[in-house]
Amino acid sequence: MTGIFKNRLFWPVVSLLTLVVVNTIARPQFIEITMRDGRLYGALIDILRNSAPLMLVALGMTIVIATRGIDLSVGAVMAVSGAVALTIIDGSGNPGSLGTVAVAVVVAVLVALVLGVWNGFLVAVLKIQPIIATLVLMLAGRGVALLITGGFITTVNSDPFSFIASGYVLLLPVAFFISVAAIAVMSLVERRTALGVLTEAVGINPEASRLAGVRSRGIIWSAYIVSGTLAGVAGIIYASNIKAADANAAGLFIELYAILAVVLGGTSLSGGKFSLAGTVIGVLIIQTLDSTILFLGVPSAQSPVFFAIVVVVVVVVQSSRVRGALSRASASLTRAKTDTDDREKAEVAR
Amino acid sequence: MTADTVVPPIVEMTGITIRFPGVLALDKVDFTLRPGEVHALMGENGAGKSTLIKALTGVYTIDEGTIVVDGRQQSFSTAGDAQAAGISTVYQEVNLCENLTVGENVMLGHEPRRGSVIDWRRTHAEARKHLVSLGLAIDPRSSLASHSIAIQQLVAISRAMVLEAKVLVLDEPTSSLDRGEVELLFRVVRDLRDRGVAILFVSHFLDQVYEIADRITVLRNGALVGEYPIAELPRDALVTKMIGRELEDLATLSSSAHREIDRSGAPVVKATGLGKRGILEPADLEVYPGEVVGLAGLLGSGRTELVRLLYGADRADEGEIELHGAPAKIHSPLHAIGRRISFSSENRREEGVVSDLTVAENIVLGMQARQGWARRLRRSEKDAVVTGWIEALGVRPANPNALVGNLSGGNQQKVLLARWLATAPELLVLDEPTRGIDVGAKADIQKKVSELSADGLSVIFISSELEEVLRLAQRIVVMRDRRKIGELESASTDLDGLIDYIANEGEGSAA
Repeated sequence: MTGIFKNRLFWPVVSLLTLVVVNTIARPQFIEITMRDGRLYGALIDILRNSAPLMLVALGMTIVIATRGIDLSVGAVMAVSGAVALTIIDGSGNPGSLGTVAVAVVVAVLVALVLGVWNGFLVAVLKIQPIIATLVLMLAGRGVALLITGGFITTVNSDPFSFIASGYVLLLPVAFFISVAAIAVMSLVERRTALGVLTEAVGINPEASRLAGVRSRGIIWSAYIVSGTLAGVAGIIYASNIKAADANAAGLFIELYAILAVVLGGTSLSGGKFSLAGTVIGVLIIQTLDSTILFLGVPSAQSPVFFAIVVVVVVVVQSSRVRGALSRASASLTRAKTDTDDREKAEVAR
Repeated sequence: MTADTVVPPIVEMTGITIRFPGVLALDKVDFTLRPGEVHALMGENGAGKSTLIKALTGVYTIDEGTIVVDGRQQSFSTAGDAQAAGISTVYQEVNLCENLTVGENVMLGHEPRRGSVIDWRRTHAEARKHLVSLGLAIDPRSSLASHSIAIQQLVAISRAMVLEAKVLVLDEPTSSLDRGEVELLFRVVRDLRDRGVAILFVSHFLDQVYEIADRITVLRNGALVGEYPIAELPRDALVTKMIGRELEDLATLSSSAHREIDRSGAPVVKATGLGKRGILEPADLEVYPGEVVGLAGLLGSGRTELVRLLYGADRADEGEIELHGAPAKIHSPLHAIGRRISFSSENRREEGVVSDLTVAENIVLGMQARQGWARRLRRSEKDAVVTGWIEALGVRPANPNALVGNLSGGNQQKVLLARWLATAPELLVLDEPTRGIDVGAKADIQKKVSELSADGLSVIFISSELEEVLRLAQRIVVMRDRRKIGELESASTDLDGLIDYIANEGEGSAA
């Protein structure tokens, strides 16, 4: 029993389940999943679908945070990636062809990868503080995206491209499968190679790791490359969803939500130990909360306040200080109870 | 058990148990403190002294056991709780506010007020009263920072008196004091004892313990060894109880200094004119198979700098390195490990252990780094290496899943030694491997170095403890002022000779 309580994922999971239960009580159809034309529909399915961009960005952010870094540029990278893909599709003679879309997606993700290389270079080689290094691209990236689209919101009508965000395969949304693939690949790399533990070592103590022979520069660099690439894919999903490249709105504030998801999942901002599973739950908490706001009909003007209140509650519940106080309080309650029990027993004996 | 039992104890700790993840820090320890006594708490690093103190002062919450202070059962959850119960602590590093005056520090939080404003005149007057009662004639209006550590500690004690402490915990209070300051401190301590304050005293200095303490409690490996009146526990018996083995073991510590070294073949490593501007003047160094070369010299003499250049931790800007007679370039630590050179830094916490990882992960870190990230070590291989080295070096607790940060200094050092030995080096560089660790672990490490070198491992051994260098090394390279000033054969010198060499030799060539 105590084993479950001490698990790092215990409180994140409890928070998520609580949100689902509250929603279900408020409107029972929340957990309903219906089947239409070979597709599953329902609020939960929407959450899985809509969480895809944040999921990808937050997974990358987890690795970067584990190395003691932070990547503020993910939203801007999303905008660039969307702009690149849409400009290629828009400029081609045949926007509806699968080939065009494939080229556009691959090029866009490669551009995002290059932006990750840039971030990693600044941090790992030039040793610029991560917050400053990625701030550069955070500010410049949207300008680059606007440059690519010529200052307009490029829109396209391409079925294969729309399929990425809106399509269904095997009953479920394509975007959901993209999330699952990213989670699976990253978990597999973490489990099967030593990259996970070496990343943690670098995040906990960079100098000790270097002297132990760990290539800390390469590990930190690769974290930013992974983060950039995943943000690129997220940018594609976002653009596919709205069928447009909106350089100003794509991925706006997503870096902050991603950091929040990582922290909700139990990974410390000071680096070191990280939990991909925790981040996945953190993302689902944020997305569920987002749906809750829509679902409960909170007026959109007030929704940030509602969001903030719930986040504060979740973070406070997870803080070790509060938990320590709670467990002490429950311990002293039990102790008081045993004391009275003993006294009663003693009196019976007498 | 006769006259003592008349005075009821002020502190009675029974069955105290504290667990950290993977570590049983205290195992059902009993401890009693009586008014008007100085009670020394003794044990090696990792024995549980600091943990017991932190349990008493409310820094740690106990998992099991009871603490009775002044007849009342207490469950402290913060340091404030303990202070309210009359327990004050003076730490090695003074925890006062340097930017305030002496008087402000003494009276902090208890300043006399006139209405809602502090009456500074009375504050300083009362502070003076408290200081004088301890025999301190210092101006309460002077800034705390202007006084020595010793005076600052006495100010901290005065502050404890303002809080009407019935129990005063002195944790290594003398470690940075000179002889005269210790006298002053002890005078105050005796005075407080005579006034009925119970004093818990922790120190590494046996002389001081025998000078001031009335009673001794000995801990070992988190468990209680016993409580003894000072007169009934002679020094060697105390040391034996602390380390749990006979003192003779230490006296006959393995010495490898007189082993013959075959220097006819090529040296394992030969550095010629290795240097870096502003860091180290060019120096030569060679180490033969099975040889232990000691590096002696004061702190900052260039000992560490030389081996860091050799290991690739820092880049040399001049000089050549030959390995087994063939020229080699070492660009990075990873490069060095690949060429079977290992380096254990003097800075255990910053450059050694990765504290939030487990013992097992720390031990295999070097092997894994050499193998690269892509191929993870096989579980069976890893387990064999980890359990093998934990056993061979006697790492305590022998739990591969304990976090290294929860281990004592000596055991962290053993984990580091295991990390480097697991990479099967030909040359092992140990920079201050025994600094700040207890006698037992020190003996274990020296023994291992001596054994391994007899089996053909080459070692560069750096230590500020010259006895240690003389005992282990066949040849000693002496450094001063960031340059090598000469070499000595251990067999042809002794401690005085070595000290004299470090202090005086090579003076003429400095120009």
